[in-house]
Amino acid sequence: MTNPNPGSPDKEPATEAHAAQAALGNTERAETATSPKAPAPEPKPSLGRLFLDNLWAANTFTVTLLSLVLAMVVGAILMIVSDPEVLATYSYITARPTDALNASWTLVSEAYGNLFKGAVFDPDAVGFQAAMSPISETLTYTAPLVFTGLSVALAFRGGLFNIGAQGQAVMGVILAALAGFLLPLPPGLHLLVAVLAGALGGAIWGFVPGILKARTGAHEVINTIMLNYIATYFLTWIIVQNGVQDPNRTDAISRPVDGSAQLPRLLGDGLRVHAGIILAVLATWAVWWLLNRSTLGFELRAVGANPDAARTAGISVTRTYVLIMVFAGILAGLGGSNMVLGSTASALTPLVVAQIGFDGILVALLGRVKPWGVALAALLFGALQAGGNRMQSYSGISLELVTVLQALIVIFIAAPALVKAIFQLRAARAARLQTSLAKGW
Amino acid sequence: MEPGEIHALLGENGAGKSTLMNVLYGLYQPDEGEILVDGAPLKLRGPSDAIAAGIGMVHQHFMLVPVFTVTENIMLGAEQVRGGIAGFLDRRRARREVAEVSERYNLRVDPDAVIEDLPVGIQQRVEIVKALTRDVDLLILDEPTAVLTPQETEELLTVMRSLKAAGKSIVFITHKLGEVKAIADRITVIRRGKTVGTASPQASRDELAALMVGRSVRLTVEKEPAAPGKPVLEVSGLVVDDDRQIRAVDGIDLTVRAGEVLGVAGVQGNGQTELIEAIMGLRPTLAGTVTLDGQPVHGWSTKKVLRAGVGYVPEDRSVDGLVKEFSVAENLVLDIYDRPPFGKGLALKPDAIARSAKERIEQFDVRTSSADAPVGTLSGGNQQKVIVARELSRPLKLLIAAQPTRGVDVGSIEFIHSQVIRERDAGTAVMVVSSELDEVIGLADRIAVMYRGRIIGIVGPDTPREEIGLLMAGITPDAAPAAATGTTPADGGAAAPAAESPGNEDEA
Repeated sequence: MTNPNPGSPDKEPATEAHAAQAALGNTERAETATSPKAPAPEPKPSLGRLFLDNLWAANTFTVTLLSLVLAMVVGAILMIVSDPEVLATYSYITARPTDALNASWTLVSEAYGNLFKGAVFDPDAVGFQAAMSPISETLTYTAPLVFTGLSVALAFRGGLFNIGAQGQAVMGVILAALAGFLLPLPPGLHLLVAVLAGALGGAIWGFVPGILKARTGAHEVINTIMLNYIATYFLTWIIVQNGVQDPNRTDAISRPVDGSAQLPRLLGDGLRVHAGIILAVLATWAVWWLLNRSTLGFELRAVGANPDAARTAGISVTRTYVLIMVFAGILAGLGGSNMVLGSTASALTPLVVAQIGFDGILVALLGRVKPWGVALAALLFGALQAGGNRMQSYSGISLELVTVLQALIVIFIAAPALVKAIFQLRAARAARLQTSLAKGW
Repeated sequence: MEPGEIHALLGENGAGKSTLMNVLYGLYQPDEGEILVDGAPLKLRGPSDAIAAGIGMVHQHFMLVPVFTVTENIMLGAEQVRGGIAGFLDRRRARREVAEVSERYNLRVDPDAVIEDLPVGIQQRVEIVKALTRDVDLLILDEPTAVLTPQETEELLTVMRSLKAAGKSIVFITHKLGEVKAIADRITVIRRGKTVGTASPQASRDELAALMVGRSVRLTVEKEPAAPGKPVLEVSGLVVDDDRQIRAVDGIDLTVRAGEVLGVAGVQGNGQTELIEAIMGLRPTLAGTVTLDGQPVHGWSTKKVLRAGVGYVPEDRSVDGLVKEFSVAENLVLDIYDRPPFGKGLALKPDAIARSAKERIEQFDVRTSSADAPVGTLSGGNQQKVIVARELSRPLKLLIAAQPTRGVDVGSIEFIHSQVIRERDAGTAVMVVSSELDEVIGLADRIAVMYRGRIIGIVGPDTPREEIGLLMAGITPDAAPAAATGTTPADGGAAAPAAESPGNEDEA
């Protein structure tokens, strides 16, 4: 049997609010204090009952939450297996099972405890700065991921798979940094110009695959991957050019961005969280508005869901493809400029943007390609990264485990049938409607 | 069901016919009740159980792999293997089996043809052969004639008769009354998930239609004589290629006047689709002119054509007409979303869209759970109503409707036809393209017959069906006597019976 709507990654017709709520609840469980409280249940008598009924149905919320749980379980097993001391206790597990269990529990609970303390709140912390530090770190890691996640999600809604967020972010970081140390501008204006330069860099790098797709039908996946390479090597080349490279250094690092072009820190100089997170929230809102409340977004979604019908209804599909890629590029470029105008780095290095473009793909999928979902998914990834740092230094668990955890979460989310099978979830009513095979009535 | 019986299941769109049959075929699980086969209750866990129990199904949308050959498609799922564990496919044996089955039931198919090269009617035949090679006793045909030309329909009915003679039982799902009367032994009518009655094929069409819809239905289109005004659409010397760069429209001239319905009849694939797409700016014109109200519009973008006051009901609603993931409300503004009051500048006005959707749903009797439901969850007839509602809810100069009632139930057909006529009476020029001859005859004030990319003749609606049928086959009245006395042209002879086939909704 063919699926009634192939190509759509998410079969549940979750509404925006629904998805946002689902993802909200999810992060709340994961980190308890970061996100604001979910809205209180409306005073309808049946709502609580309805909620309980739906909780165990296979809706987006439940699947996301359980994916997280599954990923942590697999992560725990990996921790145990990779620790020789704990593993040794399993050699005599039949004689003294408590040894093995205790050792495993200590290891896993301590690791996840540190993950939590590094990302959300450390009960032992003394003073404002120490108490706020985990959240500050989380938000610092979150901001660029929101941008790249939105970039991928926006393109996805328009029917394009933007693998090129990485390259667009690289071009963004280059132009933002160049504007940041080459232009002698007054504070305020300088920052604005630098941020816009970053957006421009991404826009150019998004425009190229967009116009190629629209004019020649060249596939955007191939082109964006190739442009990623070009951008990455362009970055390594430009860093060592005269006027760009830091004159006091011999290694590949550029001059630092002027203070006047740096995003202001939000909670004083001791904490790294900067205005990028505010821009990220604004961008999320802007993308939400664009998708759901603008004519352009209507065109974009129509082209994404059914280009033939869009064309028949008079929408220019080619123009829309170009616009989608330009907007996606702008978002990724802004994400890139965050990496050099914020607090993570102040100069260009070959790895200055890290993996934010590729992580953006995961964030977009985890957030079910809905703007607010993406923002919350980015928050989760940011928290995992911030917590992972502490987990590494306190529990000796390698930071790579966090990457494994992220990958596992996305795998479980991408395979909802697996999660449903493991937990024996009932099919959600909406999903049942969708799988209706009888097209023909 | 009895052996050797053709049992027709009749019902409106969304009545539950397909669901019932999907349960029979094991695709859905029944919530209550049970299925009895030879007196024993049967629990079907999937299609393989159903096949084992001797039930085969031919879906409305074929389940064939386009790039495989006929034999490969038929062996798919029940591959003949030789060489033990090595598992080589035994194509030769499969091929022999296909040939044997098609011989036995007189179903001519070429076992080596590739599916995507075959016409729809033959593809369906492959589906039937596929079911028969699985040794089924009961064959379910889900709206088999919806995609067929009249001639193919006639052939299918012949096949069904020969299957019946071979002792197979057939469940025949449809909403075309003519076919049911022509072939069924027993008729069960379903409405809103319930059996509302059984009838014999002797029952009159009006009786059956009333049973289906639950009220009496007018099967003929009632209309006043047209009062044609000035020409609105003028096409002259139009030449258009199809997707394969083959000439599809070869120098067409036609005029549609305000307040009249021009019906374009013709067997499908004679350039009707390309003609309309060229007028709508969806396909480049190679030569010729198209003018709307005296203004040349060829070369315009689709948006500009739509804005100029042209309404367009595309031929294939699920591909070109609707965005299935979008809500009913969004689909209702699919081509006017950026116009006031729905959009202003960059912003959409969700309130205005919702309000207008509510009105349209009521006015056009669209049956949906809510305006926010994805349009893909609606039945075919209601999806079509959404398109008609969208196109008719703005002031039009010209309405182009291609196959406006394909795959639509009787009740919706009646409604859509009356809306088209109402639009005509309001002074709009209307062009209806349909491969259902009855629809064209019923609606049109003038009928243009297309054959091989040309207009072969323009006749009045009172012209006898036979004559139009001959025109559709490419035989002009002057040439017809010659053809009858002498050698019939090969293609003409094949297509001519189309007009009289019971696949059409005629002879009420």
